[in-house]
Amino acid sequence: MKSIPILQRFFASDFFYHYRRSTTAIVSSLMILFVILVAIAGPFLTPQNPYALSNLFLADAFKPPAWLDGGELRFLLGTDQQGRDILSAIVYGSRVSLFIGIAGVFFAATFGILIGLVAGYIGGKVESIIMRIADIQLSFPSMLIALFLMTTFGRSITNILITLTLIGWVRYARVVRGETLSVRKKEYIEASRVIGYSDLYIMVKQVLPNVLNSVIVLSTIQIGTFILLEATLSFLGLGVPPTRPTLGMLCSEGFSVLYSGLWWVSFFPGLYIVFIVFAINLFGDFLRDQLNPRLK
Amino acid sequence: MSTDVLLEIKNLQTHFFTLKGVVKAVDGVSFELRRGEVLGIVGESGGGKSVTGFSILRLIEEPGKIVGGEILFKGTDLLKASEQHLQSIRGKEISMVFQDPMTSLNPVFTVGYQLEESLIIHQNLTKEARKQKCIQLLSMVGIPNPEKRLLDYPHQFSGGMRQRVIIAIALASQPDLIIADEPTTALDVTIQAQILKLMKKLSEETRCALILITHDLAVVSELADRVMVMYCGKLVETGDTKDIIHNPAHPYTEGLLRSIPDIEQEKSRLEPIPGIVPNMFELPQGCKFADRCSRCQTICTQEEPPLFEGPKGRKALCFFPLWKDS
Amino acid sequence: MWKYLVKRLLQMAGVLLIVSTIVFFITSVIGNPIYNMLPERAPPEQVEQVRKMLGLDKPLYYQYAIFLRNALRGDFGMSYTHHQPALRLIFSRFPATLEIVIVAMLLTIVIGISGGVYAGAYPRRKLSKGIMGFSILGISLPSFWIGMVFIFFLSVRLGWFPVSGRGETGVFLGIRSSLFTLEGWRHVFLPAFTLAVINIATIIRLIRAGMMETLRQEYIKFARAKGVGEKDILFKHALKNIMIPVVTIFGLQLGELIAFTTITETIYAWPGMGKLLIDSIMNLDRPIVSAYLLFVSVLFVAINFAVDIIYTLIDPRVEL
Repeated sequence: MKSIPILQRFFASDFFYHYRRSTTAIVSSLMILFVILVAIAGPFLTPQNPYALSNLFLADAFKPPAWLDGGELRFLLGTDQQGRDILSAIVYGSRVSLFIGIAGVFFAATFGILIGLVAGYIGGKVESIIMRIADIQLSFPSMLIALFLMTTFGRSITNILITLTLIGWVRYARVVRGETLSVRKKEYIEASRVIGYSDLYIMVKQVLPNVLNSVIVLSTIQIGTFILLEATLSFLGLGVPPTRPTLGMLCSEGFSVLYSGLWWVSFFPGLYIVFIVFAINLFGDFLRDQLNPRLK
Repeated sequence: MSTDVLLEIKNLQTHFFTLKGVVKAVDGVSFELRRGEVLGIVGESGGGKSVTGFSILRLIEEPGKIVGGEILFKGTDLLKASEQHLQSIRGKEISMVFQDPMTSLNPVFTVGYQLEESLIIHQNLTKEARKQKCIQLLSMVGIPNPEKRLLDYPHQFSGGMRQRVIIAIALASQPDLIIADEPTTALDVTIQAQILKLMKKLSEETRCALILITHDLAVVSELADRVMVMYCGKLVETGDTKDIIHNPAHPYTEGLLRSIPDIEQEKSRLEPIPGIVPNMFELPQGCKFADRCSRCQTICTQEEPPLFEGPKGRKALCFFPLWKDS
Repeated sequence: MWKYLVKRLLQMAGVLLIVSTIVFFITSVIGNPIYNMLPERAPPEQVEQVRKMLGLDKPLYYQYAIFLRNALRGDFGMSYTHHQPALRLIFSRFPATLEIVIVAMLLTIVIGISGGVYAGAYPRRKLSKGIMGFSILGISLPSFWIGMVFIFFLSVRLGWFPVSGRGETGVFLGIRSSLFTLEGWRHVFLPAFTLAVINIATIIRLIRAGMMETLRQEYIKFARAKGVGEKDILFKHALKNIMIPVVTIFGLQLGELIAFTTITETIYAWPGMGKLLIDSIMNLDRPIVSAYLLFVSVLFVAINFAVDIIYTLIDPRVEL
């Protein structure tokens, strides 16, 4: 019952109006939809479960993509040195990559928003220390921090998520804290205090809706960044464990056979990373223009 | 007589093509300017005064476009001139003074450089001669300590001082015409008077013509030889300043005059013009001023009035102009 | 001015102290280097002997104090695998890294600025839209993948560039670098370009945004009214204003470039300090990892400082 007016409001909104008129927005959202569908339905569609060893036959190894000499239609994008179908490996790998990107952003956003609220709410020394840490952290490349943390923690999906959280919180904390500061000065805060609401309640009630747009834009772009970061770490052997290969990990495995001419083993997984991240960035750009043009 | 004409604008049309529709910011405006003459263009904001000024130097930015007319400057049509030719006219033969001195100077270059740049572009002087000229220009516009101040950046100057610098830049190459777009609007009242006096003095000394764009009739009555009143992109009245101030022919001019305070003649109350400027996207049929006009007749809402000619070269865009033979 | 300098230096020292503390405590958790140095079934006495030799038998705070004291002297211990002082090893690899970073930075400046200025000055033109498309694609590319694509198609298949490694070096003005030989340039170009791609894309986006913002300003219109030509409007009046935020970004980007040399150098087997770091991480070579991190931190702090100084030079409104 209630969802119908909301849908109607959405279709009547400026946002939807601009969405309909922007080719890049439509194309990029369709690309994202495709990626999500493949990740969800993938295992039912792929010709092979690339991680069931009983499915792999060495006789199928080193097959090039189907359209090249010696290629077979069974293996559309070719096979690797173990006879694993690259297309299937990509579909399975994308699930892990996407999961890490999305979950990483979720944790980073939650953690960052909390810290930002705490900093803005408590103020004083605590705030200046937190923001100082944020400044120092921002002056170091996140790639290097990630390398260092993963070296320390060791490779696992949990550790990647921890690393992404520790890297990603800063931007959220800054946005939220900035908003908290401006809200703290406003008169209606005084007014609600008179009514008897607690400061914390007021903060949360007032700040969160105001930062929602920024958080959405930031998160969209962060998902892409995190997928890239994870891929890079996995490529260097500091990311996911070999049992749960992501797209970056597949590239890393393919790199060892690149010089022997098996370019497709690493080329296609990488290409799919580009496809995913490009779609996210295009859509993120559109979102930023619509929701929060000031955010860079 | 005709050799005296410096600038002649015929049927100028500048339109803005926005997503919501076309705005006819300047719609068929014609006028002449003689050498050394001071012409005031007045009207409410949105009337097309500034756009007219910027059109002369073809400094209209997107989505605006000059779609028709002629701008004859010393006999050549600037609308047909090449961009290169225009660059050699801008700042040399025709200069501009902008509304807000706080934003018209580039914050990252010294005042001296911004002054000198104009000399580098338009004149062939040695470095030393340029420096002397810069000092001379700054002292001409009344900036104390000019030699030292050349090295300062715009943020080190006050608003009034910056407007003096801008005037100095405008005068740098002895132009024949200066277009001043609301040159005093952004300044304190006391400084406004100083700047206006300075402009009057300098334009007399250098015999440079001046187009003074302003919403302030008091300013115009001080400085201008002739006045042109604009409303909704149209020229509604023009004539000698004295005639217009004392005997306005167009009801809009009359309304403007009634709405300014006058210290000498103590008015019991100011009379604002009723209503608001119409939406530029949906201009009414007939006279654009009809629904704010006290003398509006049926014909006014149906037909566009022509530009009637009155005595002493006066013109008014009204079916019922109030000429008084004085 | 002096007050500012002293304050900055103290701040920098503070940051380095924090970084070194974090680096020490975290690196001492990384694996156990002893087993990498000894054969698998080494007798316990030998293990104990090596532990003593490396000072790993002492309590952690004691190790930290020694670490700090030595770090101040530039002594991070001997590399476990290379048997050389860690910092000296890093210094010896630094020039190779600097080469690709410098070339990458030059590529970024030339391509990034011209592309960004063009796209910002004429946003409606087809070429500008192409530039923007490229730049969004550019920030979406994993740098290891571009590296592999370049190596395979340009080096292995077409043979235009060498597959990997650094070329012969030449000496010029007492500096030894591969940038002084033609062969050296053939080797340096692909790694540097790979490194630069993402940076170019980022810089283009920033400059374009700044350009569009600046060109809307009144002072640009006033400069036009003064008769300033289009070229000077873009490259003098507008660009100098845009440079203020861009310098900050360049500082950050320089840091990113140095961080990303780890990947580029690994792919191209470029003998710089980035590859040394990755190799050392794999070998649990603790002294090199900590020496690298502190060296790079000093670099970043210095870059930040330089950015602040340049900032005041470009923007007359900022005072120290």
